[in-house]
Amino acid sequence: MKLKINGTEHELDVDTRTSLLDACRDHLGLTGSKKGCDHGQCGACTMLVNGRRINSCLTLAVMHEGDEITTIEGLGDPGNLHPMQEAFLHHDGFQCGYCTPGQIVSAVGMLGEVSDGWPSHATADVKDGASLSQGEIRERMSGNLCRCSAYPNIVDAIETASAKMKETA
Amino acid sequence: MRPFEYSRAGNVSEAGALAGRFIAGGTNLLDLMKLEVETPEKLVDITRLPLREIEETVDGGLRIGALVTNSDLAAEPRIRRDYEVLSRALLAGASGQLRNKATTGGNLLQRTRCSYFYETSQPCNKREPGSGCGAIGGFNRIHAILGTSEKCIATHPSDMAVAMRLLDAVVETLKADGSSREIPVGEFYRLPGETPQIESVLDQGELITAVRLPKPLQGEHRYRKVRDRASYAFALVSVAAVVRMDGGRIAEARLAFGGLAHMPWRDAAVEAALIGQAPSMALFDKAADILLAEAKGQGENDFKIPLARRTLKAVLADATKGA
Repeated sequence: MKLKINGTEHELDVDTRTSLLDACRDHLGLTGSKKGCDHGQCGACTMLVNGRRINSCLTLAVMHEGDEITTIEGLGDPGNLHPMQEAFLHHDGFQCGYCTPGQIVSAVGMLGEVSDGWPSHATADVKDGASLSQGEIRERMSGNLCRCSAYPNIVDAIETASAKMKETA
Repeated sequence: MRPFEYSRAGNVSEAGALAGRFIAGGTNLLDLMKLEVETPEKLVDITRLPLREIEETVDGGLRIGALVTNSDLAAEPRIRRDYEVLSRALLAGASGQLRNKATTGGNLLQRTRCSYFYETSQPCNKREPGSGCGAIGGFNRIHAILGTSEKCIATHPSDMAVAMRLLDAVVETLKADGSSREIPVGEFYRLPGETPQIESVLDQGELITAVRLPKPLQGEHRYRKVRDRASYAFALVSVAAVVRMDGGRIAEARLAFGGLAHMPWRDAAVEAALIGQAPSMALFDKAADILLAEAKGQGENDFKIPLARRTLKAVLADATKGA
């Protein structure tokens, strides 16, 4: 089968049981996405599929032929960081770092949802779009757990990156 | 995970004939397959089927394709404007990542989150009929208080289905033999009874193709979910409500409940008791009395009986406060 990841097409031969996460980590050497719970509860495996964030542990690789997949490796690299990666560094939005790739990819996907006008559980009036308050960020990022509890700095980093991405957009 | 054969349905009419378990979002099924709670021998991937449209129906409602994701449905402008209770229920469920994957049809068919169902070393009549129920007399804090049986006290975990029940949504299906049918959500689910392993009236190979909403309900829309965390947790108790006031009295009231039973719960007598009445705490208490007349705690979940009462009263007070 073929998978298109970070703009590159890969040919691979996998068991039908292989999750998208395991295909990337174990077959393609893309180990940036982490396996935390493997049950969709922690968000460490978050990837973008056709621009939308998903738990890559809860989907089969064989179901994603033809999709555009983005992992943390596709957002930026050490010489050319994505604004969200930069902001996590600047705000020290992590301690052990294990959840960080998932947090960053999820945050990028989340900002896309906000700019598309999607409401959230924290939105006062779902008929309107939402502005990105700290409360909105916390609700929208609830699918990403951080056992070091770096949440205050993660929220700050997302606010900073959001402002910067708007400037450059 | 047990090995399985994978195939992709190319069109709607052949999906049922492929004689396997349908997979769409997979967020619940794959989770259960990893634990070997679910062990399908064949998976039929239906994600390429053209069931992603939301279209208006001739009677002023909406037809939602079975593969519309929970995210897309919650964000759809017509849902936000005319079916706010549904948008609210969807947004109260799961996480951003899961809602981007989970589909309308799949959400209806979620399995229970009972820990005995999930743990294959434990007895569970739903997972292994005849093996017993570990939750009765066991850890049953999240379990049902209405409509239970001696075989099963599991709850249905969906928020979306509670709103669909309130809205009198209709499930459209296609059977493996090519015939189609329409099933009101109120007749879609089954109580556990003697056969808790059978959760809906769907036949083998019957595919949900769409869920149809009747024309919008006027009034105040509410979805209140009480849970252990502020976000990303299943309901202990949830209340969906649409209440329309007229001249200081309740002209119309629809209520549906999550976290209380094996299916989204609705009780016509509760709604009838409110119609034509002026809102008051005494009236709301009477409604809760009717709702909970047959409620039975299992020990750890006894708290759900007063919690359901309080949540119902709070929602009704909020929905009628402008009157």
